Amino acid sequence: MVSPTGSSIDWFPLWLSLRVAALATVFVLVVGTAIAYLLSHKSFRGKNFLDSLITLPLVLPPTVLGYYLLVLVGRGSPLGHAYELLVGQPLVFTWQAAVVAAFLHSAPIYIKAARAVIETVDYRYEWAAQSLGASQWKTFWRVTLPLARRGLTSLATLSFARALGDFGVTIMVAGNIPGRTQTLSVAIYEAVESGNGRMARVLVLVISLAALALLWSSSYVSRTSRLSSAA
Amino acid sequence: MSDALSPLIDARLLKRFPPARDSEAFELNVHLRAGPGITVLFGASGAGKTLTLNCIAGFAHPDEGRILIHDELLFDAAADVSVPPHRRRCGYLFQDHALFPHMTVRENLRFAASVASREHRQRLNRHRRMNELLESFELRDLAARKPAQLSGGQRQRAALARILISDPRLLLLDEPARGLDPRLRRAFYDVLQETRARLQVPVLLVTHDLEECFELADSICLVECGRFLQCGTKDAVLSRPASVEAARVLGLHNIIPAEITALDPGRDSSRLRVFDSEIEGPYLPGHLIGDRGFLCVRDSDMKIAPLQPATHNQIQLRLAKTTASSRGVHVLFEHDLRARVNDAEWQWLRGHECLGIEIPKSAVYFIGK
Repeated sequence: MVSPTGSSIDWFPLWLSLRVAALATVFVLVVGTAIAYLLSHKSFRGKNFLDSLITLPLVLPPTVLGYYLLVLVGRGSPLGHAYELLVGQPLVFTWQAAVVAAFLHSAPIYIKAARAVIETVDYRYEWAAQSLGASQWKTFWRVTLPLARRGLTSLATLSFARALGDFGVTIMVAGNIPGRTQTLSVAIYEAVESGNGRMARVLVLVISLAALALLWSSSYVSRTSRLSSAA
Repeated sequence: MSDALSPLIDARLLKRFPPARDSEAFELNVHLRAGPGITVLFGASGAGKTLTLNCIAGFAHPDEGRILIHDELLFDAAADVSVPPHRRRCGYLFQDHALFPHMTVRENLRFAASVASREHRQRLNRHRRMNELLESFELRDLAARKPAQLSGGQRQRAALARILISDPRLLLLDEPARGLDPRLRRAFYDVLQETRARLQVPVLLVTHDLEECFELADSICLVECGRFLQCGTKDAVLSRPASVEAARVLGLHNIIPAEITALDPGRDSSRLRVFDSEIEGPYLPGHLIGDRGFLCVRDSDMKIAPLQPATHNQIQLRLAKTTASSRGVHVLFEHDLRARVNDAEWQWLRGHECLGIEIPKSAVYFIGK
């Protein structure tokens, strides 16, 4: 095979990945923080089951997850149908489906870690707020969340890094449509498959550096938070 | 705001904790009734004092019982009523003050003012009140500081000011003076007395510090192992413990085995055998000759002197040990009897192997077995 060296690098997958990861992180932050708070502060029936369900995506093969998603939000399913009515196009095999995939990829770890972060907030601050007259909702927004903010920010960075890296679920539900749904990790796979070594090398380097930078900044945030809370 | 409601806490609480891997079974079973003024819950740590406060504030749920404050039902296990903590209006001062670390002093107070009530007019009043409180608690110059930049005493004043803004109908204080040096303690007690006088709300104060009890209490509940051993006015509890257990929790008395040998209601007298001696006490209604029990005598009521023959109401004891302290010398006798004498007295007493302990007739307090 002749590799098409000299051809210019297509940066679309990088921009798509960044956009997908950013959106997924926003959803992870909102939904994940809510679930983490629920798990840390409420006792309800099926809590352990919910916890296991959240861990499941971490252990299942991505193909299985992708299959579930196809069944759940495919054009034939009620959910997929509702989405289509609402947005005007089906969800599967669009870049929006890649957002769902990235969400599934990064939410479990975020929820688990966010629960631990929220639990480190001294309950006495929350009790104090409530005994002063603040509802649980107000207590969450004005006491718990601000006190957990640094930890959660650090986790959000990690979530973003993880959302960047999904491959299996993305290729199952979003497909591999160049210029439309082809994210960075899928593009690397494609480049290797088609023998485009230069493209693969460049993209691998880019994503590795990006991940490293994100991890470093995440640990920097949590380190400074530890320092400032010790002061 | 003056309360037209009757100032009373009436809480019957039963809460069971089954034995767990790292703790034994525990049961809180108390009936707390408190009027205006300061009611001290006194007992060792782990007795259930803080748990009682948490139940009243709504942070722990009793298995059975009900809680009434100012005749308003806050909790009733049978009727499945449980008012959420933020609607109970219990001003709770936590052990470590729990000032929000991410807010300045002023922001902490503003938080309390903004969440305390839904009524806008009241809120405006509260914001006005905030400045008054900052002033009267000497916090005005510290208002822009974060809690981490305050001393222990300042933090405590700020926490109390924050509570007062929320206009509580009772105060729950969990070992408020813990970690304060004596001077700050004094200042805090003064602030608390002032607050009490101004606010006219019942105060429940948890402590295991007897000095604090003396200083602040109007009434006392002695707590041990999840039970109230005795509740009553300060004087009643401190001078007349209801049982040997109550006396032990207080730790204020010498508890000496004794037996009644004579009773004379006509002359208001009794005779008790204590060790090898016999002493005279007041008539002991409700007891019979031959009853065995314990004599409870506060160390401050005992007069210690070198042995002299024929001294009235004196028992002789061998000295076991002495330790010096800032307020005199602690003297420990055989049979585990304790007393304290000042340094001058000690100069006079030292060198004697046996000493006489005189127990005045009026100080004789007998608890039957």
